[in-house]
Amino acid sequence: MLRNLLIAIVLASFGFIFYNLYQSYEPQTELTGIAAHYAENGASEVGAANLVTAVVVSYRSFDTLGEITILFLTAAIISFFLKLSKEDEDKIITHRGTSEILQTASALLIPLIYLFGVYVFINGHITPGGGFQGGAIIASGVVLAIMANPNMTINHTVIIWVESISGVSVILIGVLGIILGGGFLDSTFTGYGLGEFGTIFSAGTIPVIYSLVGLKVGAEISNILNLYQKSQKEA
Amino acid sequence: MNNEIIYSVVAIGIGLLMVIMAVIAILNKKLSVAIIAAGVVSLFASVLFLLMSAPDVAMTEAAIGSGLSTLIFFYVLNKIKRQNA
Repeated sequence: MLRNLLIAIVLASFGFIFYNLYQSYEPQTELTGIAAHYAENGASEVGAANLVTAVVVSYRSFDTLGEITILFLTAAIISFFLKLSKEDEDKIITHRGTSEILQTASALLIPLIYLFGVYVFINGHITPGGGFQGGAIIASGVVLAIMANPNMTINHTVIIWVESISGVSVILIGVLGIILGGGFLDSTFTGYGLGEFGTIFSAGTIPVIYSLVGLKVGAEISNILNLYQKSQKEA
Repeated sequence: MNNEIIYSVVAIGIGLLMVIMAVIAILNKKLSVAIIAAGVVSLFASVLFLLMSAPDVAMTEAAIGSGLSTLIFFYVLNKIKRQNA
């Protein structure tokens, strides 16, 4: 009874807060402040056709670095908690057998999914998407592979090297921005030009950074999924 | 004007479906049904993001929210079931 009363009070106060927000809400008809600056000068300053990418990788790249760090930390913590003992590692999962349809379809679809993931992060500065989205798409290809063959193992050494090298390279390109550009993680190097607007080789270092981020995110999420799959061996 | 009405109707419909799915996710006794319902909430949310012309967010929501997190929930559910059995 008391519990229901408390829930009712919480709901009522939420309703009050949102009603007040709704009452004082006025839709803006034009961009103001820093958003207007991004929309006006984004194309000429950064050269990325996708303005979201221009904000994420150039204007606000420090936040993106934080996101990459958080994802790395999550992957590290999960691999710490899901560590298996040697006997469990060698066990083979007994399953009912995956269907013929899934196995045949996965052989056809997995390369296409990987290709689409790579397309999404290489074209992050032109079309919607980018490193994080492309990495997640690559990881969903890994999911399909694991589903088709539950005893599959991903080569740990490759994952670690891909992840470490791309992580370090992002920082190195950021430091290069101090020397050649306007500051840490600046995507435009002075004297190199921005390239033709709307082509793959444009927008300074954004395609390079986003490709590295995509590889890093894809490797991390694949590693997390592989660890969860392996953890099913433990009784 | 006509387009705007259709747009609003579709958006409100998706919003209502999201609320229904969220209630199912909370109230259903079977955990596997609840996980699927929570994934469907994310799927509808990504469609809504697309309608609000935010394709970047929609891609992330569809891939991570409805794809990978649903799968991880199923892994954890399977592990808990086996440990309790």
